[in-house]
Amino acid sequence: MEQDPRDLEKAQAYWRENIRYVAILLAVWFLVSFGAGILFVDVLNGVRIGGFKLGFWFAQQGSMLVFVVLIFIYVWLMNRLDRKYQYDE
Amino acid sequence: MSSMDPWSVQTWTYILVAITFTLYIGIAVWSKARSTRDFYVAGGGVSPWANGMATAADWMSAASFISMAGIISFAGYDGAVYLMGWTGGYVLLALLLAPYLRKFGKFTVPDFIGDRYYSKQARLVAVACALLVSFTYVAGQMRGVGIVFSRFLEVDITSGVLIGMAIVLFYAVLGGMKGITYTQVAQYCVLICAFMIPAIFISIQMTGNPIPQWGFGSTLSDGSGMYLLDKLDGLSQELGFSAYTEGSKSRVDVLAITLALMVGTAGLPHVIIRFFTVKRVRDARKSAGLALLLIAVLYTTAPAVAVFARTNMIETVSNRPYDSMPEWFGKWEATGLIDFTDRSGDGVIQYVQDPERNELRIDRDIMVLANPEIARLPNWLVALVAAGGLAAALSTAAGLLLVISASVSHDLIKKTLRPGISEKGELRAARLSAVVAVAVAGYFGIHPPGFVAAVVALAFGLAAASFFPAIILGIFHKRMNREGAVAGMVAGVATMIFYILKFKFGVFDGGQAAAAGLTGDWWFGISPEGFGAVAMLVNFAVALVVMRFTAPPPAAVQDLVEDIRIPGGAREAGPAPH
Repeated sequence: MEQDPRDLEKAQAYWRENIRYVAILLAVWFLVSFGAGILFVDVLNGVRIGGFKLGFWFAQQGSMLVFVVLIFIYVWLMNRLDRKYQYDE
Repeated sequence: MSSMDPWSVQTWTYILVAITFTLYIGIAVWSKARSTRDFYVAGGGVSPWANGMATAADWMSAASFISMAGIISFAGYDGAVYLMGWTGGYVLLALLLAPYLRKFGKFTVPDFIGDRYYSKQARLVAVACALLVSFTYVAGQMRGVGIVFSRFLEVDITSGVLIGMAIVLFYAVLGGMKGITYTQVAQYCVLICAFMIPAIFISIQMTGNPIPQWGFGSTLSDGSGMYLLDKLDGLSQELGFSAYTEGSKSRVDVLAITLALMVGTAGLPHVIIRFFTVKRVRDARKSAGLALLLIAVLYTTAPAVAVFARTNMIETVSNRPYDSMPEWFGKWEATGLIDFTDRSGDGVIQYVQDPERNELRIDRDIMVLANPEIARLPNWLVALVAAGGLAAALSTAAGLLLVISASVSHDLIKKTLRPGISEKGELRAARLSAVVAVAVAGYFGIHPPGFVAAVVALAFGLAAASFFPAIILGIFHKRMNREGAVAGMVAGVATMIFYILKFKFGVFDGGQAAAAGLTGDWWFGISPEGFGAVAMLVNFAVALVVMRFTAPPPAAVQDLVEDIRIPGGAREAGPAPH
């Protein structure tokens, strides 16, 4: 492929920013499911919101809601990043 | 009584099933596939919303629709492994796989493995995994179709499976991915209505709150002011079960199963190929988000349904005289899914945890199917649940059949055995392999192998142990080479199969460990269901070590990796752009 060195630099900068977003979002993904829903479920169950024990709620409701939000945040961040680097189609 | 009623459940079921099946066939005729691009990736121009709905219907199988809420209602907190596992995988899919595979722009998962690892062996290992995973899955779907037919339309299971086969055959063979995608959009609408409407009705009945997700955390509407979950915790403990919100599995096992299901979900070929059908990379990201949103509608409702159904069930049967049971009890007893043995001979139903005193066995599948009847909802709603169950089973079966036929016609015939085959010939081969796949799936639906349940764990485990690491490394590790990837896949799959054989089938000790459920022997206390997480790590470790001692991939492949990492100018899916 005929690669301009500036193109390569640009692609690598784009990739680094992408990796940073993914790392942050996956950290949240891990915290709400494996953290709040499983590892710290007993501690959080001490807190109650209405009829829900908080740990149980994260395991059976909250984690899934956060998952949906995470993907849409990623979509938004990446669309912005694509525009910044003029990779938008 | 109900047989005299012209608007019985059965009449309603006939009407709703006839309407929905006509709709599916109509859509299939309208969206006939004219090229291999149509057949494999629906022409590559599906909108993110349509793809999101199709992915959701594809994903939500008979198991999600019929069994999941039932499993949760018996497992309580532990049911969270399925909820988090089967949704959390979409985050991995959206952030780590879908956009890059769309940019890569080919037809199948083995396409990616074969090209990225410049190797026919790698492609063949991938084909074998794809076939194994998909056949395992599809047999269960055909069985689900048979069960719904036999229960609601009172035909035998064999006829039920045959009718289901005929329908799937028609629209999968004619329309390929294009026909499947648009029927799945319709099937999503049917199945989500069928799941949500009864849930909303029951939530209002029990808690006065029309939103089930809030309802199950609310107080009861009987004026006691008690929270529903507290009441269920109390009832469960009274009968000797563990408190509903606590669960009984070990923490490490819950962790492993959740991870294995998440990673397995992200590695399932019939889910991944859905993202080859959209137009641009950004559409792939967006439609992964939409798919999860649409899936979460059902998945967040399921735990609420589980709580409603469990509470209703205990209150209806526990310590009540057998003679006073409502009509549905006898109906489900006739199917063998409820089984009452009056051990104490007092005519009163004892439903308790202690196996010595328990007199009632309840199949978990009843929880969703009988829930509307238990809650005394109108007949048309009961029938709607049947139509929803069929939509869920058919849509998943069709998606899997497409993976099977594409693996055979594209990966085996076109890419390996007969590269010179014409476009027309390949399309014919794709249709023919779909026919064969339907026939095989139907056979397993009618004669289900006794190990279906065990093999489902294997399907997720295999996807987690094979595809997920190979694809992730292929995208995120430029230096990953053929030797590393193939060794990793083989090691991961071998570890997974060994563990299942040892603890599910007891191959190595004459069935002792499997039969006795010797949980103490499990490695790290992890059940076979969760072992995919370990097998995945084995794959990663082996791949990274082997890579260090072997030659790096050729420059052209490294350029390919650079290329799929950036979105611009996603290639048309498939080799022949018009």
